[in-house]
Amino acid sequence: MKEFAYVIKDELGIHARPAGMFVKEAARFQSNVTLTKGEKTVDAKRIIAVMSLGTKCGDEITLRVDGDDEDTAFDTLKSFLEENL
Amino acid sequence: MEVINGKSVFGGIAIGKIKVYEKRDATVKRSRVEDTQAEYARFETAKEEAKRQLQALYDKALKEVGEVNAQIFEVHQMMLDDLDFTESVENIITDQGVNAEYAVATTGDNMATIFEAMDDEYFRGRAADIKDISERVIRILLGCEADLAESDEPVILVADDLAPSETVQLDKSKILAFVTRHGSTSSHTAILARTMNIPALIGVDYDAAVDGVMGAVDGYTGQFYIEPEGDTLTALKEKREEDRRKAELLRELKGEDNVTVDGKRIDIFANIGTVEDVSIVLDNDAGGIGLFRSEFLYLNADDFPTEEEQFQAYKKVLEVMAGKKVVIRTLDIGADKQVDYFNLDKEDNPALGYRAIRICLTDHEIFKTQLRAIYRASRYGQAAIMFPMITSVKEVRKIKEIVAEVQAELRASDVPFKEDVELGIMIETPAAAVISDLLAKEVDFFSVGTNDLSQYTLAIDRQNDKLEPFFDRHHPAVLRLIETACENAHKEGIWIGICGELGADVALTEQFLRMGIDELSVSPSMVLKVREKVRSLDLSK
Repeated sequence: MKEFAYVIKDELGIHARPAGMFVKEAARFQSNVTLTKGEKTVDAKRIIAVMSLGTKCGDEITLRVDGDDEDTAFDTLKSFLEENL
Repeated sequence: MEVINGKSVFGGIAIGKIKVYEKRDATVKRSRVEDTQAEYARFETAKEEAKRQLQALYDKALKEVGEVNAQIFEVHQMMLDDLDFTESVENIITDQGVNAEYAVATTGDNMATIFEAMDDEYFRGRAADIKDISERVIRILLGCEADLAESDEPVILVADDLAPSETVQLDKSKILAFVTRHGSTSSHTAILARTMNIPALIGVDYDAAVDGVMGAVDGYTGQFYIEPEGDTLTALKEKREEDRRKAELLRELKGEDNVTVDGKRIDIFANIGTVEDVSIVLDNDAGGIGLFRSEFLYLNADDFPTEEEQFQAYKKVLEVMAGKKVVIRTLDIGADKQVDYFNLDKEDNPALGYRAIRICLTDHEIFKTQLRAIYRASRYGQAAIMFPMITSVKEVRKIKEIVAEVQAELRASDVPFKEDVELGIMIETPAAAVISDLLAKEVDFFSVGTNDLSQYTLAIDRQNDKLEPFFDRHHPAVLRLIETACENAHKEGIWIGICGELGADVALTEQFLRMGIDELSVSPSMVLKVREKVRSLDLSK
């Protein structure tokens, strides 16, 4: 399992559009992908759940990737966060 | 076969399937089902249909407002496929043995509640997205008419009446004709029909049962045929064919000058209401856009359009028009064009009330957002700005002050824009026409809005179809006011155009040319007809 903590820089937080794009990326991989904010952890392949985290600018989230293709999945999703959020 | 008589607001012949548009509530009742597997399959079919509709909306939005704004429809599709959503629907159907409509409604409500409870305003707003997707599925399950935008084959659209907020979402390639029970010759449906060059009838007392059957509209006689057959159908088809031939002849005038036999020239521009109308403008060879109604940006939205959204729309039109003049009219909301989020008070007399420039001069932020967007876009072509509903010099001076503020702010933040954007006003109140000598000293051009000018001069409400018999569209009082404005414009060396429906009235073209009107802005479909008229006139005789 790989893990990465990230503080959101985007002014609007993880709003609908980037949430959609992120979920689409995550869904490309076999591995289990989760996002954690505070005490809440959600399946990152489910858009409504990702949006329901209500992640705002300045919030810290943790990305966890676990599975066969976790290396590529982790790199892809980590750079997605860094580039878009 | 049945024939219903109505009143034509635009000529032409249409033959095709009738679609009755009724505003129906998607009310959900809980009922028990035996075969829960089949019920879930019903949900899945409806879900796929909803996704197909959303994909169509995405494609439409992509073309009209760009990818960033279109993506919400993609997100909605993803939400429909979200396992949290589908599993909840499945569980409710299976565990409770209930209908799919109820399961979707309950799931939608539950999920919306999660968002409604969040402390951030943006995320609270997402409850609306959840409700939107579940209502779409419910409408499909109930067999209710979905959005007007979605229909597979072109239809004759029949409705009680159509509000501007409804007509803006129409997929215009799917409409053959409009038939309404209410409405007047200058209603928005009528304006839209002229832009689209399709027949439209008003005052047609139809029966909702005609939905789905074949029909025909004769925009010349005002007749609406249900299941036309035999000789009638043949005659209608012949008439339609003749129209096509005439339209082809008119197309030969493309590329020709708008000049009379004795050499008098006039500009013929087009009026548009949305970004996508631009292609019709070019197709009809208009010399520019004399009236770009910016309302669609407001009517087609759930909240105030941002500066960026407006900028993109103006930029696109200016770019496509490639250096030809584009006169953008600032916000003309109020009276018959209502938008929920403006929260306007109900008025007893809205036409004489809080509307257009009066809103802009009260709420400067709305106004400045629009002006900033237009100025930013001004670099991409030849924009001009036109202000509606002017009655006094004081208003114009106040507008110029605000424009100067906007320019100063843009300069201060190093945003490039064109300094020499022409500023003009609509002459659509009798007051403006009467003091046009004073107003002409303040602005770069006039444009006569004949619809409102007629309604205000003649004290005839354009929304009231009972007043049609009292309405003289060539009333000398209106024509005299236009002439006064024209003389005063030329005394100050500014140009004057006509952008109301009278501009396209070929019975008046000669009179307007003699007055010295510089520009006529008409529905795109009328450009070549007016050109034909101009070229047939000899003012020396």
